[in-house]
Amino acid sequence: MRTLLNRFRFHLAVFFAVIGPGFITAVVDNDSGGIFTYSAAGARFGYLPLWTLLPITVVLIITQEMCSRMGAVTGKGLSDLIREEFGLRVTFLMMALLVLANLTNVMAEFAGIASSLELFHISRYISVPLAAAAVWVLVVKGNYQSVEKIFLFACVFYITYVISGFLVKPDWKEAVIYSVKPVLLLEPGYIYMLIGMVGTTIAPWMQFYLQAAVVEKGVTAKEYAESRIEVIVGCMMTSVIAFFIIVACAGAIYSVRPRDIQDAAEAALGLRPFGEYAFLLFSAGLFNASIFAACILPLSTAYSVCEGLGFEAGVNRRLREAPIFYWLYTLLIVIGAGVILLPGFPLVQMILLSQVLNGVLLPFVLIFMILLINKSELMGEWRNSRWFNLVSWATVVIMIGLTLALVGISVRGMH
Amino acid sequence: MTESLLFFTEIVGMPVHDLKGRRIGRIRDVALVPLVHPSRIDRFLVGGGLTWLTIRHDQVQSISLARGIFLAEEQLTPYHDDEYMMRIGRDLLDQQIIDVNGRKVVRVTDVTLEKRANGVGDTLAVLEVDIGIRSIFRRLLQGVLPPRWIRKLQQPIPPKSIRWDKCNVVEPDPLRRLRLNISYQKLEEMHPADLADIVEDLGPAEREAIFETIDSEVAAEALSEVDPKMQVSILESLEPEKAADIVEEMAPDEAADVLSELEEETSEEILEEMDSADKTEVEELLEFDEDTAGGMMNTEYVALHENASVPDALAALKGNEDLLESLNTLFLIDADGRLTASVPLARLFLASPETRLKDLGSETLIHVPVDEKQDRVTEAFDKYNLLTLPVVDEEGRLSGVITADDIISVLRQK
Repeated sequence: MRTLLNRFRFHLAVFFAVIGPGFITAVVDNDSGGIFTYSAAGARFGYLPLWTLLPITVVLIITQEMCSRMGAVTGKGLSDLIREEFGLRVTFLMMALLVLANLTNVMAEFAGIASSLELFHISRYISVPLAAAAVWVLVVKGNYQSVEKIFLFACVFYITYVISGFLVKPDWKEAVIYSVKPVLLLEPGYIYMLIGMVGTTIAPWMQFYLQAAVVEKGVTAKEYAESRIEVIVGCMMTSVIAFFIIVACAGAIYSVRPRDIQDAAEAALGLRPFGEYAFLLFSAGLFNASIFAACILPLSTAYSVCEGLGFEAGVNRRLREAPIFYWLYTLLIVIGAGVILLPGFPLVQMILLSQVLNGVLLPFVLIFMILLINKSELMGEWRNSRWFNLVSWATVVIMIGLTLALVGISVRGMH
Repeated sequence: MTESLLFFTEIVGMPVHDLKGRRIGRIRDVALVPLVHPSRIDRFLVGGGLTWLTIRHDQVQSISLARGIFLAEEQLTPYHDDEYMMRIGRDLLDQQIIDVNGRKVVRVTDVTLEKRANGVGDTLAVLEVDIGIRSIFRRLLQGVLPPRWIRKLQQPIPPKSIRWDKCNVVEPDPLRRLRLNISYQKLEEMHPADLADIVEDLGPAEREAIFETIDSEVAAEALSEVDPKMQVSILESLEPEKAADIVEEMAPDEAADVLSELEEETSEEILEEMDSADKTEVEELLEFDEDTAGGMMNTEYVALHENASVPDALAALKGNEDLLESLNTLFLIDADGRLTASVPLARLFLASPETRLKDLGSETLIHVPVDEKQDRVTEAFDKYNLLTLPVVDEEGRLSGVITADDIISVLRQK
């Protein structure tokens, strides 16, 4: 009994030692873009889209698990491995795409910061520069351990969506039924929405960030069992939050009058008739999600690029030691935040462009991942089993199909 | 850039001509055989048709950027992968190596080769490993523009290279390491703290390879500088005998700290393999709670009888030469081992030979009991401006000392 307790305690300690990367990556998946997608789905179609969350969770777990496993076993980041196994030119192309895609994502995050704080009557000319400066200082002046703690703390704030979901008093019975009952409407709007929801589930940056964070954390193959649990719990939490976002919008907007919303801030306003708190919490959640992603995206981009191309990187290094890392990081923030302040900047087109770029990049990332994780000289006994390969290839093929469909829709929307 | 320097990425794809000037194929890769020569390119691998052929270095007549390679002899053998070959394209390009001078891990983007004419024919030798923007630029344009244009275009970008003899290739497989004549001798000459930074940047397999091979003393010093979490994974990955060798060389307090972090089974395996003297010392320290003075202290101190004189002290120091680097205080104990005084080492220099150590002792004797809390210990260091603090047991007997570097580690971890 005593040894059992001890063993449990040991595993619990290991769990807390590895906690971080999986949680953060999964939770940041619900960034301002994600929140908008879910809000729009709930506002327009009510509880109907809820069933997609289950397959989304599975897809998320399968892809995230592979990255964290590769990180733990090889001790190398994804861009490192791509460079070592597929050469410089491929890496360079991927990194160039990643920088562009993430830059447009950063713009979307700062737009989220601006619009969420405008709900609190704070001008974007104040909020955006301040947020950009805060993000920059946090990472440049901090070290990885403290930054990660702040990130984990930010994860807790996603609870605001759960609370606002309850405050709206949605129809729980419907919510439960449609969570497990797939409904397919042959209506273009509905199909676009489904594709959008699943297509935005996995972004290329997540794979790079997760694997790099697992390596930075020093998770070893031995601790991997705990790390896997962390990834799975993180992915589930993400879907729970998405569930509450959809439910809140279904209860507040759809049940009153189903309609299309233009951005996540509009969804927050839609919650207002159901109480000031529901509105405040939803808006605060949007701000938290946006600024959180605005911290992680530039950091992860600079990290992946420098790793892949062989420049020194890392927040624990000084500016003089890793100039390219810091410059790239700074530029992403400055440009990403700067364009939000330009009047007449075509932001909607940029966000659609980011979906296109993500969609172009993702198939390569996923295929490289599966190829890498099956290399026995890299992964040894940790490579995919045949069964798992079947599942992951199927996932990858479906994801590529949906992403390309999303690219098609986005390209049409850009005209 | 003179013609005598060629980049590996320029050689790849170069046409190879036989004696009659007919093209037989293009270069796919070149290889060193480090056991034969550390830097001379020994083989050229040519791909024509379906199979690859091997060209020995002495079969080459001339190499030039404009015209390619001309052979002096046509008796080529089919290529087969042999274990003694370090292929530049496969084993070096895009991989990580250690820059011994710069003390960091870098990624190879290109390799600079030097052409040497020895009268009979041209040979190539690895001169530098290229990292940085210039080599990235060159490689991205390779095949898009002619090599000469690329050379002109890259002029304004400053080169960044590491001399080949300052590079250390890391090979996890021990057998291959022997065959490729890779040693980690250059790493052993580095400062342990730098070596620790380097191994933190490497993958687990490479890390293990380095600790397995380098001298235990160096390994111990480097290991104590590594992040605690990584210490654990390194020791767990090593064979218990090797781990024990390293732990023996560590300061007992640090050894105890690492071992207490390991899973009990592993730490016992390691203790099992250790020398009995070192083992008892470490085991004693393991008894103490990590957050108390007992858990922080080490047993590397010099203590003398309270009636000892200056020559006795000098004799004692001669007998503990390995401690000298960090020693700053001597301790005096009575017949029962109870601490009676502490003597700052520097006072010995000014003392006449007949002085008794007792008279050189500090005015106030500051010490803490083994179960003193960590916070109180650090407080004492701050308050009394200490370098060394003796730790005593319930009967007042000297059990160990805590030094300022232990305190710095504790504070840094907070």
